[in-house]
Amino acid sequence: MFVTAAYAQQSTTTEGAEAHDAPAAGEVHTETGVAHEGEHGSGVFPPFDSTHFASQLLWLAITFGLFYLLMSKVIIPRIGGILEKRHDRIAQDLDEASRLKGEADAAIASYEQELANAKAKGHSIADTAREEAKSKSNADRAAVEAELAKKITAAEARIAEIKSKALADVGAIAEETATAVVKQLIGGDVTKTEIAAAVKASAGN
Amino acid sequence: MSNDPTHQFLVNKIVPIEIGGIDFSFTNASLFMVATVGAAAGFLYLTTSQRSVIPTRMQSVSELSYEFIASMLREGAGSHGMKFFPMVFSLFMFILTANLLGMFPYFFTITSQIIVTFALAVFVVGTVILYGFYKHGLGFLKLFVPHGVPGALLPLVVAIEVISFLSRPISLSVRLFANMLAGHITLKVFAGFVASLSAFGALGIGGAVLPLIMTVALTGLEFLVAFLQAYVFAVLTCMYLNDAVHPGSH
Repeated sequence: MFVTAAYAQQSTTTEGAEAHDAPAAGEVHTETGVAHEGEHGSGVFPPFDSTHFASQLLWLAITFGLFYLLMSKVIIPRIGGILEKRHDRIAQDLDEASRLKGEADAAIASYEQELANAKAKGHSIADTAREEAKSKSNADRAAVEAELAKKITAAEARIAEIKSKALADVGAIAEETATAVVKQLIGGDVTKTEIAAAVKASAGN
Repeated sequence: MSNDPTHQFLVNKIVPIEIGGIDFSFTNASLFMVATVGAAAGFLYLTTSQRSVIPTRMQSVSELSYEFIASMLREGAGSHGMKFFPMVFSLFMFILTANLLGMFPYFFTITSQIIVTFALAVFVVGTVILYGFYKHGLGFLKLFVPHGVPGALLPLVVAIEVISFLSRPISLSVRLFANMLAGHITLKVFAGFVASLSAFGALGIGGAVLPLIMTVALTGLEFLVAFLQAYVFAVLTCMYLNDAVHPGSH
């Protein structure tokens, strides 16, 4: 309004004939537009202009009502269905994954069982082999020992035989020696029986 | 009058219709209501037509808005409030699309009309009141009697509660309306500065850079406001619906 007034004053001072045009010219310069009148009928701030309220309400009711129907009958069931389907699919995939994991676990368990069995079997084979080897070596040793013992007894028997034979020879030698000694000493003859008795008596000492 | 910041809010008749002496003309506001519905419904319909399990980018946008509103409503009004999902979703999408369409130059912003936002707010509060009385009968009035208030203070608290309830349609509608109106006027004024300053030659053009930067920054801010106000409207709708579903729970 200040601009308008100033412009109007200027117009009147410069050229009086244009004075009646001033309000119209001033309006062009009203950049703030707050007091913008005459452009449209009611002259109120457009959003508060009640002349169009009925039409706004009717068209809002029509358009928003249609939008609500579209949303509740078409769009929301559709998006809900998509999300549901995806949710089911994910759950199904998870089930499948857990089933496969169970299978893998079972396979691992059976493999480990097999491995344990094989190990046990290996152990038992090794044990039997060891036992066999041991018993065989024991038997061999026993056989060797028995043979050795037999040889020892045979040797001992032979030694005893040789000994007894030697001892028997010792008696005969002693008798001969005694006979010879007696002959030399006393020059007489001594009977064999006497000599033998004497040797026996001395051998008994 | 292209420089008039309120010019953009003028309602013009396109097809004059008069029924029973009342003006029901198809105006530019009506045209943009139709455009809003067409754009929002068209986007949601076309992007979800593939119904793919692995969504495309655009399908993701539709699904995100669905899940965004669904979780907002579930948090705000509980699982019993989910029967209002179509309503809250429609309100959010309608207001968001209307606000965003309003960001186009020369487009009409229907949410800058107080009667439109007021009608939407009355729709929300009306739903709360009708459903509240339908579901809980007079028990709905427990809404105005908070728990654990001393007897002496009760009349005062009830009076405050009633006033705050009655002011809801006003605050809900004025918040959206005023934000859109003020934002568009500010944008227009700064953009107007650019035009009028650049009329003063080289120095003017140099000076016009500042309001131009401001206009660009404000445009970004207005996109934020456009989303934020739709969000706020939807959140408050959820809170009010919670009163209808669970009166006396606060």
